[in-house]
Amino acid sequence: MNKLKYFTVILILFLNFFGASYSQSLDQVHKISKNLRCLICQGQSVYDSNSDFAISMKLLIKKKINEGRTEKEIYEFLKNRYGEWVVYDPEINKNTILLWLIPLILFVFGGLLIVRKVSIK
Amino acid sequence: MNRNFKIIFSVILGLSIFFVLLKGLESTKQYSPLNTSNKIDLNIYFQSLFDEKEYSIRELANKKNFMLINIWSSWCLPCREEHSYLMKLKKNNINLIGVNYKDNSNNAKVFIKEMGNPYTTILVDVDGTKSIELGAIGVPETYLVDSFESKVLKKYIGPLDQKKIEEIISILKK
Repeated sequence: MNKLKYFTVILILFLNFFGASYSQSLDQVHKISKNLRCLICQGQSVYDSNSDFAISMKLLIKKKINEGRTEKEIYEFLKNRYGEWVVYDPEINKNTILLWLIPLILFVFGGLLIVRKVSIK
Repeated sequence: MNRNFKIIFSVILGLSIFFVLLKGLESTKQYSPLNTSNKIDLNIYFQSLFDEKEYSIRELANKKNFMLINIWSSWCLPCREEHSYLMKLKKNNINLIGVNYKDNSNNAKVFIKEMGNPYTTILVDVDGTKSIELGAIGVPETYLVDSFESKVLKKYIGPLDQKKIEEIISILKK
């Protein structure tokens, strides 16, 4: 009877441990695949898509996580193969400088407007 | 003065947004193999379809400078069309390596039996992850690889045709 108790406790701990580590790696796969563009679908992320390409990509991400690669390394790995276009995170270069600067300009301009309004009152 | 400024500013802002979007319309941001890097990792190990041993692509390069990697599948219709051109390439004594993509191994073997085997070795990629490591997005795809420098010289996405195999042969003759 005692043995059975020990066995159940160990079994429960064991299952919990595996369940936790499994869901953790799955969460990471979801997080990474949401930041990747599915290259053969229009306007979908790898996470959203169920194409063969996206399914394999998710499997590969999972493998890489289990190998102990970090999120950044996985993005680098994929950028090396598919180019900058695969990630939803444009680098700052001469094509994207406007994209990065416009929000900043609008922010400063809005701030100025507010300051002026307040000081007029 | 203040009112004028606001009107002028909003007109300028509207126009600049209009032109940015107009310019965006012209360029289609479709994925193209041209804007990817041309490095390839040849140290990926694959299982072989026929003898169940593991090989890396570097081993299969067989110390020759050039090789062709073709990703195919028995369920893929364009691969069937492409196959006769691969058979033509075989006559030119080219080191052609097949990667069998997400396929049932029996179907793959039947396909080869039916259509002929143009490949020096056929490797298996059961879940598609290895093709992603090679930088593929689907089937069929063919890469002309310089194995000394681990570089992809030419990437063909979609089935090969007469024009493309002539191009491959002319590159290899140089």
